Amino acid sequence: MAPRRLLVLFAHPSLERSEINRHRLAVARDCAEATVVDLYAEYPDYRIDIAAEQERLRAHDVLMFLFPLYWYSTPALLKEWQDLVLEYGFAYGSEGRALAGKYFIAACSAGGPASAYGAEGFNHYSLRELLRPLEQTARLCHMLPLPPFALFGARTAVEENRLDPHLAEFRALLEALGNNTLDGWPSSDVGTANELLGEPAGEVQP
Amino acid sequence: MTALLLETFVYLLAAVVAVPLAKRLGLGSVLGYLVAGVVIGPVLGLVGSEESVTIQHYAEFGVVMMLFLVGLELEPAMLWRMRARLLGLGGLQVSTAAAAFTAIGLQLGLDWRTALVVGLLLSLSSTAIVLQTFSEKGLTRADGARSAFSVLLFQDIAVIPMLALIPLLAIPELTVLDAGGHADAGHHELSLVSGLSGWLYALVVIAAIAVVVIGGHYLSRPLFHIIAETRLREAFTAAALMLVIGIAELMLLVGLSPALGTFLAGVVLANSEFRHELESVIDPFKGLLLGLFFITVGAGVQFPVLAENAMLVAGLTAGVILIKAGLLFALAMLFRIRRADGWLFALSLAQAGEFGFVLISYAAQNSVLPPELVPLLSVVVALSMFLTPLLFIAFERLVHPRYEGGDSAREADTIESRGPVIIAGVGRFGQVVNRMLRANDIATVVLDRNPQQIENMRQVGMTTWYGDAARPDLLHAAGVGEASLFVVAIDDQEQALEMVRYLKQHHPQLRVLARAYDRGHLYALREAGADWVVSETYHSALETAKHALRGLDYHPFRAEKLTAAFDRAEMRGRDALYEAWLGKSDGERFGRDFRTLYMELEEALAGSMSADRADRHDHGERGWTPPPRAYAEDYAEDYAEDYAEDLAGER
Repeated sequence: MAPRRLLVLFAHPSLERSEINRHRLAVARDCAEATVVDLYAEYPDYRIDIAAEQERLRAHDVLMFLFPLYWYSTPALLKEWQDLVLEYGFAYGSEGRALAGKYFIAACSAGGPASAYGAEGFNHYSLRELLRPLEQTARLCHMLPLPPFALFGARTAVEENRLDPHLAEFRALLEALGNNTLDGWPSSDVGTANELLGEPAGEVQP
Repeated sequence: MTALLLETFVYLLAAVVAVPLAKRLGLGSVLGYLVAGVVIGPVLGLVGSEESVTIQHYAEFGVVMMLFLVGLELEPAMLWRMRARLLGLGGLQVSTAAAAFTAIGLQLGLDWRTALVVGLLLSLSSTAIVLQTFSEKGLTRADGARSAFSVLLFQDIAVIPMLALIPLLAIPELTVLDAGGHADAGHHELSLVSGLSGWLYALVVIAAIAVVVIGGHYLSRPLFHIIAETRLREAFTAAALMLVIGIAELMLLVGLSPALGTFLAGVVLANSEFRHELESVIDPFKGLLLGLFFITVGAGVQFPVLAENAMLVAGLTAGVILIKAGLLFALAMLFRIRRADGWLFALSLAQAGEFGFVLISYAAQNSVLPPELVPLLSVVVALSMFLTPLLFIAFERLVHPRYEGGDSAREADTIESRGPVIIAGVGRFGQVVNRMLRANDIATVVLDRNPQQIENMRQVGMTTWYGDAARPDLLHAAGVGEASLFVVAIDDQEQALEMVRYLKQHHPQLRVLARAYDRGHLYALREAGADWVVSETYHSALETAKHALRGLDYHPFRAEKLTAAFDRAEMRGRDALYEAWLGKSDGERFGRDFRTLYMELEEALAGSMSADRADRHDHGERGWTPPPRAYAEDYAEDYAEDYAEDLAGER
């Protein structure tokens, strides 16, 4: 099988403060199969070019949102992107089949520790549950949503030496998305895609 | 008169022939001048008459002017920041080298006073050669070069106390011997201070320095201001030369080094708005005179002395260079000047300098040096200067490649080492650009040719320089070579175009942002190669249009969206019109075809604003349109089955 073409939409409104995502961005840019778009760099004035974005979607097989979690959702520009680009008649509706059969994955970093994301934790829901709107959006667009890829406890990951193992994991994810069969990934009910790579996400010390 | 002209002609001819040749061979202009001097002096014997001495005096003025320019580059605050290196590195270099050469002189059986003077004069290096070579080879920003500069500056200042010390060292036997020989030494200088007692002399010296500092600070600026108002370039040139020559003369009258005086004046004027204009005016004179100076050094090499004592001269010269380089290298280690920079520092300063000649003749006049030593020392000093360009070549070919890719001469383009942004024109337009950049701590060099404008800017604490930014030499003085960005914000349309053309031709790497007066000007600037052009009124007019919509009770966000859509269509149309404009010759650029296209684009623009979302045309305002009212019917209950099929299809 020819490698799948990856479209990584990166959204971070203050990259100069980033500790995690700028490194993930660099890893993604290193990946030969991936087209990486820094949305805030491309549309600093929020004036998204809908036609160009739709063209880009057509040319790829996997769509990844790469972002820090903001209030259990994407940063504003990435939401704006959804509102504008996923048009009726293009992404959904009786004739909107442009995205049918493409994979979708959200790769985010979360401030709270893994233990906070669950019925017992202070966030009350698992990350996968909180990201259901994205999953359902993808589904309505006839895409195949994969479980989210996550880094928990992102604010202390550098100090606790968890960044490098995470980046290695991220590299493995990109590799899998580009080349593996992904059998069973869309229907999997695991909490995060990290588990499908064989490594549990969270604050496991290397 | 004809003799003087003829000699001048010979000097200039030698320079014109030798310098391009030397540069072509990669040897640098200094070596070219020196060789030219040797050829017309000792080899062909074309110069060496009375007139040569006159020319030599003019040529020495090149050094004076160079120090004025060096001073202009050094703001007092910067000088203060350099104090550790200036005193530590410079002080140690002069004292250790002087001590070493004095000790060797004593070993060779010289009188202690003679040995001390020889030690002092050999400790000095050649500011002229070294600085000229640094700037020619683009090494000025390297750490090694900056350290070398501190040392040179210290040496230039140290010459003053040395000159004061020499008369005190007079050797009685030599005085008797020389009583008749130097009767003619008195005619050469007019002096205000001969015959003054020690403390009176000190008072006069302090007064003279005060005149330079206070006068430079308070009087020169109003003067230059008045002259700038006349817009007569030659008047400005005359004033600048007058200033430099006046100060040099004042210093000579009180027995100080004219180079030091003009250096001080330069430092005082470094903060004035006329700094870059002064640089661009003085620079050609400096270049020419300094070139002449090097030629006279070459012409002054006394071949008979060289021939008679070949081995001795070679040994002494090699000794001077090796000992100085060794000491410098040790200092580089001590001050953590590492790798290629350490080598650059040690090799660049290993020669003796032009002040050496001054000290030699002064010491001879004051009966400290026995007459037979004078030609020998002069040849050693000249030869060591002669070898300097070769040491630089050795650095470039042998040392620098070994450290390639390291942290030496050329640093990576990090934010700290990034050059400033030059803004030409600081009226209503450039001012805003400048304020925004300054507010973000970005260094800017701001040029304007309206003295009143500069005065206003300076009153609110903005550093602005006087000068006509359309002149290449001023751009050069303002540092266009190191700039990271250039903003052309001047009023004059033609000059703006010429400036963009000049910049893109001579500095293709430099990014140029330009302000356009109207559509035609915008296209012309784009054609001239500007990287980014903005219409000076477009964005404010668009903003006004948006507020007009809001005034008509459009929802603010709708007004925003319509503005964005208009802007996008306008930018697209602008590109199409530019192509049409490019295809035509000057006369018909805005002719009928262009007008037709313009009308078509206007219609398309209006169309894109009003068109409804559902017609699938690509137009401006298409965002956030809801799906059709009945769209939910698309999704029958079997949607879940659809999805299952998708899943199955993938497997």
